[in-house]
Amino acid sequence: MMMLKDTYSAEIEATLAKYPPENKRAAVMPLLHLAQRENGYVTKSALYEIADLCGVAVTEVASIMGFYTLYHDQPGGKYRLQVCTDLPCALRGANEFLEQLCANVGVKVGETTADGMITIEAVTCLAGCNKAPMFQVQTGEGLEYYENQTVESAVALINDLVKR
Amino acid sequence: MAEHILLRHRDIPNIDRLEVYRQQGGFEAFQKAVASLTPDAVTDIVKASGLRGRGGAGFPTGMKWSFTDRKNWPHYVVCNADESEPGTFKDREILTGNPFQLLEGVAIASYAVGARVAYIYLRGEFWPIARELDKRIAELEAAGLLGDKLFGTEYSLRIYTHLGAGAYICGEETALLESIEGKLGQPRLRPPFPPAVGLFGKPTVINNTETLANVPLILQRGAEWFRSFGTEKSPGVKIFSLSGCVNRPGNYELPLGTTFRELIMGRGGGIAYGHKIKAIMPAGNSSSLIVATDEALNTPMDYESVPKLGAQLGSASVIVIDDSVDIPWLINKTVHFFRHESCGKCTPCREGTYWMSQLTERIAAGHATAEDVALLKAVAGQIKGKCFCALGEFSIEAVLSGMDRFKDDFEAKVSSYE
Repeated sequence: MMMLKDTYSAEIEATLAKYPPENKRAAVMPLLHLAQRENGYVTKSALYEIADLCGVAVTEVASIMGFYTLYHDQPGGKYRLQVCTDLPCALRGANEFLEQLCANVGVKVGETTADGMITIEAVTCLAGCNKAPMFQVQTGEGLEYYENQTVESAVALINDLVKR
Repeated sequence: MAEHILLRHRDIPNIDRLEVYRQQGGFEAFQKAVASLTPDAVTDIVKASGLRGRGGAGFPTGMKWSFTDRKNWPHYVVCNADESEPGTFKDREILTGNPFQLLEGVAIASYAVGARVAYIYLRGEFWPIARELDKRIAELEAAGLLGDKLFGTEYSLRIYTHLGAGAYICGEETALLESIEGKLGQPRLRPPFPPAVGLFGKPTVINNTETLANVPLILQRGAEWFRSFGTEKSPGVKIFSLSGCVNRPGNYELPLGTTFRELIMGRGGGIAYGHKIKAIMPAGNSSSLIVATDEALNTPMDYESVPKLGAQLGSASVIVIDDSVDIPWLINKTVHFFRHESCGKCTPCREGTYWMSQLTERIAAGHATAEDVALLKAVAGQIKGKCFCALGEFSIEAVLSGMDRFKDDFEAKVSSYE
């Protein structure tokens, strides 16, 4: 089985070195981020490996993963398109934007396209309130922000993402 | 237009590059502090400046630093860059536009409290920003401005970034500490306060990003200079994040004490689409609703004046509400946010936000009875003053003020159903 430490030993060492040696547990969150970067979600084997690396029980790592919304324990679309619909964005039309975008793409909020490429989700504040409608795209490699969006610009982006 | 103090990248191109930041005197204050001032002398300058925490609570920064327990070592400094309040987007601009000023602020704070390790806690969505900060920290180490035995002294300092992963509660300082320690982001019982028992059980100073970004220029130009901006009790400038129904939403760096009118009608260009202003939320989603009367618009935005309107300045994330907005719809939005973000630790918040969301959903949809409205008020009243941390308390600010100050909106909803 693929182990994180086979591929990322230097990064794992550097992460552990950020925290006092008696507080290795502090590396749980950065290592979950690393694991997710590898697969787009955190696999069961990564969960066990992180628990070992940090010297905590697997259930502890799993509970952290469940608590924080950016971690995923299931594979989703290759790209998770996450639209902020909190109050300031909603005042600038985020709800209508999300609704029309979903209709255009042919999914409901939270669903993934049939080709497994795009998941559209509604999320809470992304600190981009002045440039709504806005969303982030969570990819295997990280996160990208897209601001001052229209349904047309978002659909164009989706078409680009699918071709990447 | 006056020069910016925090958003200096708007005046000085490429200040996000180390050589440009240094041409502007960057890191001279840190070097001067480490090489020629005692930590207490640095703290005294910050105390004299009257700088208050910009995260929301407005606590005097220098005083917070001086509380650090000197019988327990090591000490830590933590920069709160979790920025998650709906309506707030100021730290993101500092972190991307003027990052070295923040890093110097973290460094000076660390020296002042004797910390040799500092963490910058960024919300998980700021992953690309954290990656850039890591590169900049490496640049500072290469330039001898961070690392071991700085400026020929015995003082050493490392700064690390730590990413959250999507939890509003981690902006609460003790939940943030739990999160760095690799635990669920749930607040701690206080006291003890972090300057006594903080990160890894050690004395810790936690400051907001904007607060720390003020520090280098306070040292460079002096406490008196800083006090020449703002009001006597709220000195300095503040970044107001303006959002909602305005023509020009954005960050505006203005002296504390600037009126709502100047921000919203002046800088913000007034209300969009020919509507009229109805309400103001000065502290983002956590805010009470202020009825936008002439008197309210003429009120100075500072820590003393806003409470007179029955609200708080908080993080100064000013959400503008126009007369097309239905207040029951609005509180349904704010309540749903808190329901989603409740950490689940205490019952009033965990259960209360759930029940409020059931009721606000019905009311907003026009499917409620007068009893539902009364029940919402009762549930909110039972949350009030009973939560473990401020997040729970914030969840009812818009609810109670909205029901109290915009009664007509609620009556319209109920009667149209009946």
